[in-house]
Amino acid sequence: MTDNKTLFIDGMEVEFSDEPNLLEVIRKAGLNVPTFCYRPDLTSFGACRMCVVEIEGRGIQSSCTMPPEAGLKVHLNTDRVRKIRKTVLELLLANHKCECLTCDKSGNCELQKYAMEYGITDIRFPKLEKEDYLPVDDYNPSIVRDPSKCILCGACVRACSEFQGHSVLGFVNRGSNTRIEPMNGRFLSQVDCVFCGQCQAVCPTGALTIKSSIDAVWEKINDSTKKVVVQIAPSVRVALGEEFNLEPGENTIGKIYAAARRLGFDLIFDTNFSADLTIMEEANEFVQRLTKGEKLPLFTSCCPAWVRYLETQHPELLSHLSTCKSPQGMLSPVLKEFLPKYYEGYKKEDIVVVSIMPCTAKKYEAIREQLINETDFVLTTKEFAKMIKAAGIDFRKLKEEEANSPFGQYTGAATIFGASGGVAEAAVRTAYNMVTGEELSNVDIKTLRGVDAKSRTKDLVVDIKGTSVKVRVVSTLKEAEKSLKEIKAGTSDFHILEVMACPGGCVNGGGQPISCSDSSIKEKRAEGLYEEDRNLEFRRSHQNPDIIKLYNECLGGKPGSEIAHHLLHTTYSDKFKGSYKDI
Amino acid sequence: MEKTKLNINMQNEQDKAKDLIKSQGLRVLVCAGTGCVANGSLKVIEKFKELGANVSILTQYDKMTVVPTGCHGFCEQGVLVVIPDMKITYVKVKESDVEEIFESHIKNNKPVERLMYVDPKTHQHVPDDEHINFYAKQTRTALANCGNINAESIDEAIAVRGYEALAKVIEENNPDNVIETIEKSGLRGRGGGGFPTGRKWKFTAANRGGKSYIVCNGDEGDPGAFMDRSVMEGDPHKLLEGMAIAAFAIGADEGYIYVRAEYPLAIKRLRKAIKDAEERNFLGKNIMGSNFSLDIHIKEGAGAFVCGEETALIASIEGERGMPRPKPPFPANKGLFGRPTLINNVETLANVPVIILKGADWFSQMGTATSKGTKTFALTGDVNNTGLIEVPMGTTLREIIFDIGGGMRDGKKFKAVQIGGPSGGCLTEEHLDIPMDYDNLIRAGAMVGSGGLVVMSDKTCIVEVARFFMNFTQHESCGKCVPCREGTKNLLKILEKIVAGKGEMKDLDELEELAHVVKDGSLCGLGKTAPNPVLSTLKYFKDEYIAHIKDKKCPAGVCTAMKKVVINEDLCRGCTKCARVCPVGAIEGTVKNPHHINQEKCIKCEACLTNCPFRAIVLE
Repeated sequence: MTDNKTLFIDGMEVEFSDEPNLLEVIRKAGLNVPTFCYRPDLTSFGACRMCVVEIEGRGIQSSCTMPPEAGLKVHLNTDRVRKIRKTVLELLLANHKCECLTCDKSGNCELQKYAMEYGITDIRFPKLEKEDYLPVDDYNPSIVRDPSKCILCGACVRACSEFQGHSVLGFVNRGSNTRIEPMNGRFLSQVDCVFCGQCQAVCPTGALTIKSSIDAVWEKINDSTKKVVVQIAPSVRVALGEEFNLEPGENTIGKIYAAARRLGFDLIFDTNFSADLTIMEEANEFVQRLTKGEKLPLFTSCCPAWVRYLETQHPELLSHLSTCKSPQGMLSPVLKEFLPKYYEGYKKEDIVVVSIMPCTAKKYEAIREQLINETDFVLTTKEFAKMIKAAGIDFRKLKEEEANSPFGQYTGAATIFGASGGVAEAAVRTAYNMVTGEELSNVDIKTLRGVDAKSRTKDLVVDIKGTSVKVRVVSTLKEAEKSLKEIKAGTSDFHILEVMACPGGCVNGGGQPISCSDSSIKEKRAEGLYEEDRNLEFRRSHQNPDIIKLYNECLGGKPGSEIAHHLLHTTYSDKFKGSYKDI
Repeated sequence: MEKTKLNINMQNEQDKAKDLIKSQGLRVLVCAGTGCVANGSLKVIEKFKELGANVSILTQYDKMTVVPTGCHGFCEQGVLVVIPDMKITYVKVKESDVEEIFESHIKNNKPVERLMYVDPKTHQHVPDDEHINFYAKQTRTALANCGNINAESIDEAIAVRGYEALAKVIEENNPDNVIETIEKSGLRGRGGGGFPTGRKWKFTAANRGGKSYIVCNGDEGDPGAFMDRSVMEGDPHKLLEGMAIAAFAIGADEGYIYVRAEYPLAIKRLRKAIKDAEERNFLGKNIMGSNFSLDIHIKEGAGAFVCGEETALIASIEGERGMPRPKPPFPANKGLFGRPTLINNVETLANVPVIILKGADWFSQMGTATSKGTKTFALTGDVNNTGLIEVPMGTTLREIIFDIGGGMRDGKKFKAVQIGGPSGGCLTEEHLDIPMDYDNLIRAGAMVGSGGLVVMSDKTCIVEVARFFMNFTQHESCGKCVPCREGTKNLLKILEKIVAGKGEMKDLDELEELAHVVKDGSLCGLGKTAPNPVLSTLKYFKDEYIAHIKDKKCPAGVCTAMKKVVINEDLCRGCTKCARVCPVGAIEGTVKNPHHINQEKCIKCEACLTNCPFRAIVLE
């Protein structure tokens, strides 16, 4: 390696080190080039040609695919380059369903942004006619696909295949008939899509958007016969602020409680509370399985995309899946069942539970046949932010408030659920206590932390009074598939498998504010969660006083009781038949 | 470097093979390439075999062997029958002609004149290849054996020095030397780009040590080009030998031949050739007793034009959609399955064995300063002789069109020649005398491409030609990058507008500007070259575009939208027949009075024109 690792950007000498491509070097230098298809966490595709630069002696190159080399003389805005970018924008706009005012992506759309920045006021080419609009696919609970807004940057195709190894979206046809479609031109609901929403999270336009429940929630809020209660998931608190120009990772939970009250929710609860509850049940289940020699490894069941993946692709492994409902799935029936006990005038049938989730798949979870009518509506972080904006609430100026009792308190173990590895870490903290009756001395299990691309599989061996327990944490289904292969081959040696479908876990969920152009955002969000964990009074789920109270007053005294089983556990179904693997 | 001791003596093998051929007696070569098979050559072969059974009783010959060969290149004149011992080439032979050839020529030594080629200039019957103008000016190296040997016999390949070059390089055991020879020969990629082959090998060889691949690009997609198919069908062993030498040079032990599934005969013959070569240990493990091993697989492509682009081809072999990937990284560093990969075109590899045998100097004598050796072209269009030809680099278009091609067909006037298929460009009379090589053609606005040569007369509309090729590239674009996918679509729309008679002058500027952006901004070679037909025709035939736009006229009389069917009132007798046959009721008039065509209603079906008993209706 030579020492001289510098190149020139518009005459400015810039140092580079291990940046994978020229575009990253340009960004590091504080400059930027436009791009639709480049996403740092996905492989470079080089398709949109917006990031082209002119390099002396090399001509026009797409900077997202060009490896940095010492001595390169790069020009970012030459005539040739600008002509290409402007023409690309015009060509895309000519073929785009330009309904910007009513588009869900308006304001966040990269096509709109660059068209404005490059001053595209006139499109020379024949425009897409209304008759040519392709049918919209909104036949699933999570994602709306409008192919006429697709610019074929391929980010969704790569997200689906590189994150989930699942490839429910792919390119079809050739030439100007090229499209991105689910297999055989079906709907997303017919091709085993797990609704993780990562496709939508990387989409630069309105071609893939979240199916909104905003209006339905408003309707309930404004219905005086209903008691509308809300629960907020762990990772929402460290991401929502970004929609209001706060830093990623800034914990805004107090403001979120306040905003929810201003919006008119009757009672505010925290999914963190039921994350503690999940740990109680799941750690108990694990200890039972471990001591009785039942089916191991135990799979976590918090992630609905992961659950659906198993049901459609590997139903023979469903017996490994913890029967615990997810934290969302546990809190909703608890609220409906027990709120009337603590709050006067609350009747089970009048309670409407809304959850604020970082996740599009949670919308699907809410309508699972086993869970139907428990969680009534799921709003993603992004939708919740829209509601706050629409209600005219100045989020930044809100005074922090508290959640309602008795299901509001939570521990540090719960808050870290939002980052990949958090569930396993929390489970270890409590399982240790359940087996040994003692407390784990050091609760910071750093081996299980990390949400970057290098940390998609993490292994830990923990000694619980002579029994060594092996914990495997993975994020993305592509990574999970490897562990499943090991299990099927009989070569696996881990006892717990935590799976989160989104890369890095819920902090990077499909319902979170857009973060696809900067991979450090999810790391900052995760850090926000670990910071809260460090600062909380209780850091082990079994120490949560509200949890202890709930068990004592409502749930038969201890985890695994009959009533706990009835309310907090679920079943799964083999959905292999009719899945694309079956076809 | 220590020489390798081979467990085979190629001289002995060649002698054995030659004896085998000698024992065949009178060899009757019947072309069994795809073109001739379509013309019925299999029946011709059967008939010859049937008659040949009694050859020793009926004729002076003890034995006669009918040899199905690969393509002779002169497909238009198929079925071709060549009897080398009699120095005769028969053309357009049908099953019913075989008996006459046998009776008259083989039995009684009287050549059948009516089945000989007729020279379009002298109108004389010409007996053999040496005298047929189509062959006389050709120099066949890549195609040397095509049409002369039984493509399905490894012995016949060995008899013409097949695998001798491979034995030589393995014995000498100096891979760098092989690369140096190829580099020195000046061989450049025959797939179109013209990248120096030796340099490509060197880049790949720099990554020796781990797993590497050799890939043969046989995804011949240019409309009308069939040189790669001819080599694969006619001389598959030469291709395998070329691949083996390349693999040896770069240190690969596994190879793929990517052939389009539309080439079933090529696939069948390659499969047999691979099997035969493996049996003789020319392929497989420890070739000829050395440490060098090579397994070759065939990958059938689904026929996408873009899969001829090397990174798309790699994606296709890997089972992905055939979409190009940006370079760098180049396949030499990160290719098939992420491993260093050498990709060469069929014709390039077919040139390798002869360079090893005859030396770099022999090869580099042929051609021009920057382009060495010979190049095949698929000659077609308005010339007398069409087919596959191979000429030294630097041959002029005039020689090809007027000597090999036998001049313009039906006395038409030469107008232009489209070189290099959809990626190439249109050249004109002023280019007829430039020596054709990679660089001269690029300078003129065309490219060698795969070697398609379409000769056009003044009856060809140049705007329509540009539209035709743009339509092709638009449909074959993989759809990945915006300039190619959307740009070619809009280029096509403008061209369609012009040929429909609806063009405006500003369209020409837009056409040119967009063409430059597509060329500049596209991801792969397909998009970068797709505008060439537009740009070259705009450069050399702008008048014709303007005629379409301003005068609403197609000078070649091709574009139907510009045509006008009119009734000459002086000749019209008012018989009303035209009005009765008109399907859209566009003709008005009363009996015995001149009729008139309402141009707004007319759909230009010409039904009136063909039915007018007085020839009063004409096309304007």
